[in-house]
Amino acid sequence: MRIAVGPLLYYWPRATVMSFYEEVAAGPADIVYLGETVCSRRHELRAADWIAVAELLRGAGKEVVLSSMALLESSADVTALRKLAQNGRFEIEANDMGAVQLTDGRPFVAGPHLNIYNGGTLQLLHSMGARRWVMPLEMSRKSLEVLQAARPAGMETEVFALGRMPLAFSARCFTARHRNLPKDDCRFSCIAHPDGLRMDTREGQPFLVLNGIQTQSAAVYNLAGEYDALAASGVDVLRISPQSAHTGSIVAHFDALRRGADAAATAANVTALLPDAACNGYWHGRPGLELAGRAA
Amino acid sequence: MTEPSSPSSFELVCPAGSLPALKAAVDNGADCVYLGFRDATNARNFAGLNFDEAAIAQGIAYAKARGRKVLLALNTYPQPGMEALWRGAIERAAGAGVDAVILADPGLMRYAAERFPQLRLHLSVQGSATNVEAIAFYRRHFGIARAVLPRVLSLAQVEHVVANTDVEIEVFGFGSLCVMVEGRCALSSYATGESPNTHGVCSPARAVRWENGPRGLESRLNGVLIDRYAEHEHASYPTLCKGRFDVADETYYAIEEPASLNTLELLPRLMEIGVRAVKIEGRQRSPAYVAQVTRVWRDAIDAARGNAARFAVKPDWMNQLNALAEGQQHTLGAYHRAWK
Repeated sequence: MRIAVGPLLYYWPRATVMSFYEEVAAGPADIVYLGETVCSRRHELRAADWIAVAELLRGAGKEVVLSSMALLESSADVTALRKLAQNGRFEIEANDMGAVQLTDGRPFVAGPHLNIYNGGTLQLLHSMGARRWVMPLEMSRKSLEVLQAARPAGMETEVFALGRMPLAFSARCFTARHRNLPKDDCRFSCIAHPDGLRMDTREGQPFLVLNGIQTQSAAVYNLAGEYDALAASGVDVLRISPQSAHTGSIVAHFDALRRGADAAATAANVTALLPDAACNGYWHGRPGLELAGRAA
Repeated sequence: MTEPSSPSSFELVCPAGSLPALKAAVDNGADCVYLGFRDATNARNFAGLNFDEAAIAQGIAYAKARGRKVLLALNTYPQPGMEALWRGAIERAAGAGVDAVILADPGLMRYAAERFPQLRLHLSVQGSATNVEAIAFYRRHFGIARAVLPRVLSLAQVEHVVANTDVEIEVFGFGSLCVMVEGRCALSSYATGESPNTHGVCSPARAVRWENGPRGLESRLNGVLIDRYAEHEHASYPTLCKGRFDVADETYYAIEEPASLNTLELLPRLMEIGVRAVKIEGRQRSPAYVAQVTRVWRDAIDAARGNAARFAVKPDWMNQLNALAEGQQHTLGAYHRAWK
């Protein structure tokens, strides 16, 4: 299986982003998804900067994909999407049907927010140029295996395997709201929260994470312990979502898995590197926040 | 590209969770009612609600005899290996003679467009189309006639979409406020295992527990504490994004207060910019609720048609709607930029 580093979901300072991708370039990941997918107000890196990072990674032998925003509201958002889709150098990951429309038959990756829940939709997107699809976060192993049987020839399957899960998108910026700031004057509040801003229940249970207009799981999805099942299900690519610390080590652990390391032991090692408790409920057909089945 | 909607073509689309609710909507002035089957193809798959074949036949006969339309929502995503249920629902809908089906899943849309080319297709709000390119996608491949916009766009953004597509645009007018982009929210399955996309439910009732503890009345969703109420506080259904939580040692409605969306005051503007229909949310609500909300909106639309420039929201309309609203509060939601 190949390892992908997913798009950076947080707002980090420019220098942090640059050194992060230098580390990724030197590491064993095969595929890197780049770009801002959450909020168009975030611009420590401009489009041209992302292209420069893309060239750096391509030079290091990585497959580079430019990810599109999941929620496009303004005409400026759509203009930026058009430019991205027509960049002419890198494939894009479509996270909205507007992006699929703009690929106009060119090959693309169907991202996790396109809602591909069944064989009919999978085949449809393949006919429109999707050469890889990313399973929806909430899908179980059982459902995936049914879909894999209906997978068109040549279509690759990617699974979000590590990270806080992006569960929802809103017009409202919850990070700005936390500071009583309007969205249009958010003062780039996200930059203070390199792994998002945690939201606990009133009895202290970590529940969700506020990341601008995105809401994530507080628990961190960790499928390292499911490596054998992922391989048996015909998964081609495992996605590791960037976190502010230890991403390089986590990628190394997943690299060890494909070289035969013990899955249960690796899962435990990975769990020790996470910003919060691990979960894997979705994979087992359970509520996403649960930690079920084999140790993860 | 769209002509400004003539006031006479502006439609009031009302919810029908049952035959009595359908009749209440029609009798009180709905131009269209929307309903769904009693199964997983329906994003409002509540116990004891919705329609079987006989009830749909009766409902269609009742509406058509009075010159109204019936729209059928098949707005969940077919789950792997179960596509036959959703495809069968398309066949049943076409056979029953509905005026349009409301779909979210592209694969199902292709099936409907190929098998029943005469069947009018509406893009469900669960299809998450928030921009002109996404709407163009569904128009180009499946010939959709109408798109329902998620409740996340400002009025100016709605106007831009309407001005740049030849697909009819429908927006939400009143009812529960969904804070997240519909069709892109898995919070419910994260807590309970069931979400709108997979099971047609958000914060399912089977996962709700109410407990009177030493610190007050508590509502839980699959064990997760959603809110706790002091004695004088009004307790509301524990939709998980409308609870009170702790963020950096501060307890508040971190995502959204319990309140209903109410765009009554925007009505003349919605007509003016070319929106073709306004939707009332609430297929889980009683026939009495449907009757009252429909009556108020019918009166308001007729008043706006008569003289848009002099349109003013009557206090009596607002009082009636507030009495039915979640937490007795209403909001313009994202239509009003400051909401964000």
